[in-house]
Parts: sequence; C-alpha cells; structure tokens
Amino acid sequence: MTSKKKFWAAVTFLVLLHAVIVFAGFVAPYDPTSQNRNLPFVPPTRPHFIDTQGRFHLRPFICQWISRPQSLYEYEESHDKAYPIHFLVKGPEYKIAGLFSAHTHLFGVEVPAQIFLAGSDNYGRDQFSRILYGGRISLASGLLATLISLMLGLLLGTISGFYGRWIDELVMRTAELFLVLPWLYLLLAVRAFLPLYISPMQTFFLLVAVIGSVGWARPARLVRGVVLSAKTRKYVAASRGFGASDIHILRRHVLPHTYGVLLTQAALLVPQYVVAEVTLSFLGLGLSEPLPSWGSLLANLQQYNVLVSYWWMFIPGLALIVFSLGYLAVADAFLKRLQSTTV
Amino acid sequence: MHRLAWLAALVLAFGPRAVALSSPQPPQSGEELQVTDNQVGHYGGSLVVAQSAEPKTLNPVTAADVRSREVIGRMMADLIHINRDSQKTEPSLAKSWTTSGDGRVFTLKLRRGLRFSDGQPFDADDVVFSFQVYLDEKIHSPQRDLLIVGGKPIAVQKIDSYTVRFTLTQPYAAAERIFDSLAIMPRHLLEKAYHEDRFTQVWNVTTSPAEMAGMGPFRLKQYVPGQRIVLERNPYFCKVDQRNNRLPYLDELVFLFAGNEDAQVIRFQAGDTDIMSRINAENYALLSRDAQNRGYELFDLGPSLEYNFLLFNLNDVKGPTASKLGPQLAWFSDLKFRQAVSSAIDREAIVKLVYAGRGMPLWGNVSPSNKFWMDQSLPHPARSVEHARDLLKSAGFSWRNDGRLVDRQNRPVQFSIVASSSNNQRTKIAALIQDDLSQLGMDVHVLPLEFRALLDRVFQTFDYEAAVMGLGGGDADPNPEMNVWLSSGSAHLWHLGETKPATDWEAQIDQWMQKQMIELNYARRKRFYDQVQKIIAANLPYVFLATPNILVGAKKNVENFKPAILEPITLWNVEQLYLRQESGAAAGAKR
Repeated sequence: MTSKKKFWAAVTFLVLLHAVIVFAGFVAPYDPTSQNRNLPFVPPTRPHFIDTQGRFHLRPFICQWISRPQSLYEYEESHDKAYPIHFLVKGPEYKIAGLFSAHTHLFGVEVPAQIFLAGSDNYGRDQFSRILYGGRISLASGLLATLISLMLGLLLGTISGFYGRWIDELVMRTAELFLVLPWLYLLLAVRAFLPLYISPMQTFFLLVAVIGSVGWARPARLVRGVVLSAKTRKYVAASRGFGASDIHILRRHVLPHTYGVLLTQAALLVPQYVVAEVTLSFLGLGLSEPLPSWGSLLANLQQYNVLVSYWWMFIPGLALIVFSLGYLAVADAFLKRLQSTTV
Repeated sequence: MHRLAWLAALVLAFGPRAVALSSPQPPQSGEELQVTDNQVGHYGGSLVVAQSAEPKTLNPVTAADVRSREVIGRMMADLIHINRDSQKTEPSLAKSWTTSGDGRVFTLKLRRGLRFSDGQPFDADDVVFSFQVYLDEKIHSPQRDLLIVGGKPIAVQKIDSYTVRFTLTQPYAAAERIFDSLAIMPRHLLEKAYHEDRFTQVWNVTTSPAEMAGMGPFRLKQYVPGQRIVLERNPYFCKVDQRNNRLPYLDELVFLFAGNEDAQVIRFQAGDTDIMSRINAENYALLSRDAQNRGYELFDLGPSLEYNFLLFNLNDVKGPTASKLGPQLAWFSDLKFRQAVSSAIDREAIVKLVYAGRGMPLWGNVSPSNKFWMDQSLPHPARSVEHARDLLKSAGFSWRNDGRLVDRQNRPVQFSIVASSSNNQRTKIAALIQDDLSQLGMDVHVLPLEFRALLDRVFQTFDYEAAVMGLGGGDADPNPEMNVWLSSGSAHLWHLGETKPATDWEAQIDQWMQKQMIELNYARRKRFYDQVQKIIAANLPYVFLATPNILVGAKKNVENFKPAILEPITLWNVEQLYLRQESGAAAGAKR
C-alpha cells in the first residue's frame, strides 16, 4: 500500500469510529447505566447461524445466558429458545445531540433476551453500550483538550518567535516550566481543593481545561521554531519594506508555515490526551459512577479477580489501542508530507 | 558483646532455617501451666501470614490499628481470655477468679512460677503496673474507655504476689470479658520509661528484641522494614499440650507486609503465605477454582458480626458546613425519609453482587451469627419501592413530570454518599444504593474517598451527607457497643457529641443500654437488649444493609486450624498450630 492509500485508509477508519461514537445512542442497544442484577459478568453473547437441529439460518440468532447452578458468575447458553437479531428495533429512549429523543436502535433482540456484544460488568450493564458512550466522553475530552493546547501553543509560539527578545525568553522559560510540571499531582491537588461533589459536566470541563492548558508548551516551541525561520525569509523583509503591518505579515507569510506542524501535533496529541483522560478516570479523578468513560471501564481491571477471570473486561483497552493506532497512522502520514515539503 | 549479639542475629537471619535458638523450656515442677485440649503436634517450622502493611507500633497500650494489634496479640497474654471458638471466657494468666455477690468485686488468682519471654518471673506487680498504665489519662489508651465503669475507673489492688482484686463502682454485666486482650506487660522493662513519661514512645517497630518481653506464645525476633516482622517461640509460654509439651509448636511466625487484599491473594495462591484471614467473596471464588491443585483449603464460616450500614448525617451542624449542606439535613431528620430509603434498598442484590452470595441481609445491628443476642422478632420487610413512594408522599415529597423527587419547597432531592475508596465492597454497595434510589427519583452521587479523609469528615468536620460504613466484629457481647449506642458515645456516628439525648428514642436507647450493662442475669439482659434493637430498627439512625461471611484459607498441612468469627479470626490459637510433615505426593502438589 502506498503511503497515500495508508493515510486515506486511516482517515476513513477514524471517521467511521468517530461516527459510531457520536451516534452511540443509535448504535448501542441499551442504556449504559441500566443494571441487570441477575446477569453480572456475563461473557459476550455469541451470534449463531446453525441451530441445535443443524439447520442454517441466514439471520443470526442468540441464546440467553442462564447462570449455572452452584457457581459464581458462571453462565451457559439456554437452547430453549432462539432470539434472532433484528435491525432497526425499538428500544430504550436516547437523545440525539441532546435534543431529540429517539427509540430506534441499530440492532437488538426481543425481550427478555439481551444481547451483550462485549459482555457485561459487575452490575450486569452492557459493556458494548458503555464502551460507545464512554468513548464519547474520552474522545470529546481528547479533542477539546487538543484544541485548547494548540490554540495556546499557536498564540504563544507565534508571539515568542515573531517578537523575540525578552518576550521570547519569558514565554520559552514558562514553557519549560510547564514541561517539567508533574501534571498528575497538579490535578490531584486541584481536585482536593474543589468541593466533594462536582457535577459530571463540571468534572468534564475541569479535566479538559487541565489536560489542555498544561500541554501547550511543546506545540508552542515547535511553532516558535517555524516562525523564527519564516520571518527571516526574503519575502517577509520585502513585505515589511512595502510597509505591511505585523498582523498582515503573520497572516499572509508566517502562519501558513505552521499549519503542517499543527496538524501533525493534533494527530499526536489527540490519542495522548485520550490516554490522559483514561489515566485520570482510572485513578478515580474522572467522571463518577454510573457514567462510563474508557478510563473508568478499564479501572475495573484494578481488581485481581476481574483481571484474571473475565477476559472481556479488556475490550475497552482494545478500543483504546485501535483508536490510538488510527491517529498515529495519520500523524505519521502528516509528518512524512511535512518532511518532503520542507526538504 | 553487643557486636556478638548482632552477629548472632545475622546468622539467624541468613543461616539455615532449622536452627532454632529459642527451644521450648521443659516444664518445671513449680509452674502452674495451662493444659490445652488440642491434637498433639510436633515442633518446628515457620508459619507465614500476610498483612497489608507494617504495624504502626508494638506498644500494646497505644496500638489502635488492626495491623499492630494482630502482631502484638501474638506476643502478649491477658488475665482472662475469650475463647474465640466457644465465645466464652476461660482462664489465661489468671488460673481462677471469684465474683462477689453484688457483681462488683473480682478476685483473680494468678498462675505461679510463670516467666516473661525474657525469662524474668511474672507476678501481681506486673498486673498492677499494666492496669496503672492502661488507666493513665496521659497515655490515652484506646482501651481506657472499657475500664471506666459508671464513670469511675476500675480499682486494682494487690492482695499478695499471686492475687489481685478488681473493684467496680457498680455491677457490670460480663465484667470478666473486659480482661480479654488487655496485655500484661513486664514491669521490670517498662517501669522506668513510665516514670520518665516516655511510655508512649517505647516498643515501636525498631525496638531491639532484647528490650521487649511478653507473656504470649511468641516474642520479637527481627523486623525488616517494609518487608516482614519475624516472631520466634517464647520458650517460657504458659501452655502445654496433653503430653506436657510446652507450646507453641511453631519455631517462627512471620508477618509479611504484602499490600492490599489482591496482592495478598496472589501471595497465598503462589504458596508464599500459609494462612489468609478474610478473603472477599470474589477472591474466594477465584481461589477455590484451583484449591485442589495448589494444596490449600478454604473455609466459609458464615456471617460475620460486622454490620454495614448507610449513615445519614444527623449531626447538629453549625457554621459554613451547615449552609453548604442545606436541605439535606432536614430531609434526613425525617424518619419517613429514612424509612423510605430503607424500603427501597435491595439488600438481596447487595448480598448477591457485592458479597457474591456469601453474606446475609441485615435489618438490625446484630448479625444473625450472634445467636446469643440477636432479637429474632425483628421484622424483615421485603424491598418495596411502592411502600417507599407512599412514605415519601406522606412526608410531603412529590414528583416532577420528569420523575424527579422534590420536597415541599420544590427543591430536587439529591445527596451524595461517601465510601472508603480502598474498600471496593463499600463503594459497590453505594453504587447499588444509587441505582435503587434513582427509582424513587432521588439523584444520588457516589463519592469514593480516602479512608482517613472519610473518617475526618464523619468524626470531625461533619462535612458529608451520607456514608456507607461498617462497625462491629469485636465481640458478641453488647457492652463493647456501648460507645455506638449511648447518645454520649464516641462512636455515636449519626449525631456525635450530644450532651443530652436529642430525641426521645435516643433517650430510651440510653436507658436500656445502661440497664443491660448492669444487669447480671442473661435472660433479663437479653430482654433489655432486644428493646434496644427494636428501637434502633424502628428509628433507623443507620439503615442496615448486610454482613459479609467470614472467608479464610489455609494450606492443607496447617493442623489444629480452627478459624472463628471473632477477631483475630485465624491466629487466635496460633500456639496450637503446627505444620504436618508433607508426604511425597503432597510435597509435589506444593511444588
């Protein structure tokens, strides 16, 4: 595969992944917080094509999990009744873009059967739905924090590189200070100052603000470098000779050089910040129960018995890996293009 | 000389394990030893158990944490002991005792000819000294409260070298139980420090073994910071088996500092430790899957004495905290609100999902395993969201169109539940309650908090709304619970620091608790305590939830292993434990 094809494959994949997560309400069969107290830790439901009589069905069907007597969280399939998987079915209510309520889900099975594509957790909540809904929070925080970081980085890097002298010194030394800041401890400290309960929205914006505002230093340095080299070009001197203002020079002649760096940085920062959110939620600094995020889903694995007994609890980690690889492939392609244009 | 001792310690630490310096002393004719009825074992071996972290201190008077007490308890002995298996009192360092007719004067006869673990003789002066220290206000012993009966400390008097008299100002039911776990300390080692006012600093973890001595089955041998503490046999221990072999059988008892329960489970699974006290139900299921291959056995002892409950803040909160808490305090003080919450909670689900079926739901403060004291007539209402809604309606609450519960002033009902973040089970309970109460339209948030921060909020600042906590487990008798139920008690969590009972029912609890405390007849005492249980269940200062079963494990070659539901669950008869010699097949399984 050529690098261009690779790039577009990665982009298509990422677009698909984001679409699934944005339309989590539609794709997920269940509400991520609804508990099934009789079905804790059920393994992923298996879709079947061939029934007990050996007949083939084009429409896949599932069997209900029933708990094995005298055992703890062990299940077997009940072959009493087959529940075919239907598409575009009515199910629990959800909101599209937080405004319109809808009931149609991409797929589902007839009640009382339930389909758990990625198994269920300790409270019998559908993990597939939780991964999708959790992805919303993790992704949104990653994207927003990246935006904040890049805006700050662009602004400060440009000022620093363009005006130089003491401003440069000030901004760059501050950037170094931010680079060495132990931000995890910073966040622990910030959390300790806040009241006991803060609403999920506030927690979310706090996470985004802290992750985003701490990470501006690296993009700022890169932008500064680009601006420094761009402002010494002859056409900049010419433009200045014609009496162009600083704003004009920046907009027309300097900033266009930074876009490549910014794009590459964005592709690198998004997965990094999603992982940062995961880390914080893993440590209990993120959103509180029952709202899911990839970090809080992975936090289930902190318990030894979960870690060794229920392999499907690793699936959120898999989602995270796949997602990060997609972004890194894009970043790689950007970087290659950037190098080929500057050389 | 000093250098030589140091070298000896080094040799002991790194030399072959079979070398035992403290071989048991043969029983002497003048010694009045206690004969145990356990299966006769053989000497040797070392037993390894895990602890979450190191003990804070080895000082029996100031130790307050479980880890310290677990280690200290193996090096110390008491005058009268509660047998953890029968839950009855039995002679220990005192060979017998008599009670005066009015139940106020106890005369204890001490065993003669006994020695501390450093070989020095034991007599009544050590007893008097020990109680003097426990009762000293300046030392702030956590046990001091137990020794204050009717507002006055117990008077201790030496009659002769082997007789001590204890006088109480008023009759006290089951007074002999007070003596359990009160360590008798060596006067010859500690008196100087006590008179120089540095008693609270003696016997910490770095104290050299030569400066410590006790009457328990083991004595300190070595402490390796961050890793383990090693105890060795007390060669003068006061118990012998039926063949006149002096106990304990084990050469060494090692406490390994292994970290949290999961880490301990891994060590136990790997065979690094011999005994595992308290396993949670999920780890129990995990361990039972390969118990056969790994050569250990697991035991489910049934419900513990511990009770877990949902605590509402009913404190008299003043100042900025009060304005922060707002309407919650008013809701919580309404009995109907508490009853509605209690009715909506799915206790069976807690037992099933949190304790994996190994537990019991609770509707009162006494666990079903406490057969002597549980009030069998307490009702066990089934979960009913309907009933909860009726109660809330009659208390003036109503529902908005979107299903949210609001109070008379149209304020939405929301509050947070704090739970210890290190206790996975309690945070899970809180999450289940959150879901249960959302069916009533309440908006409940679960806040896991670091345990010390949680205690600070509950005991000091009162800056919390509700909490999931647990109490009990020490003794089956009601008297150690006095501080929980008396309105002036130090663990009267829902409303601390009451100068007089805030409500009628709290006044009634006070009366019945005082009455049962001085009543010597069991049947009458039980009737009084039943009253207490009824009042508590009717007024719900705590919403009782569930009690977990006590689950333990031990390697198959540990003999005389008799775990009990009272603390310390597994090591209470450590002097009787011995390691069976492994046959070829069993050794193969052990790897």
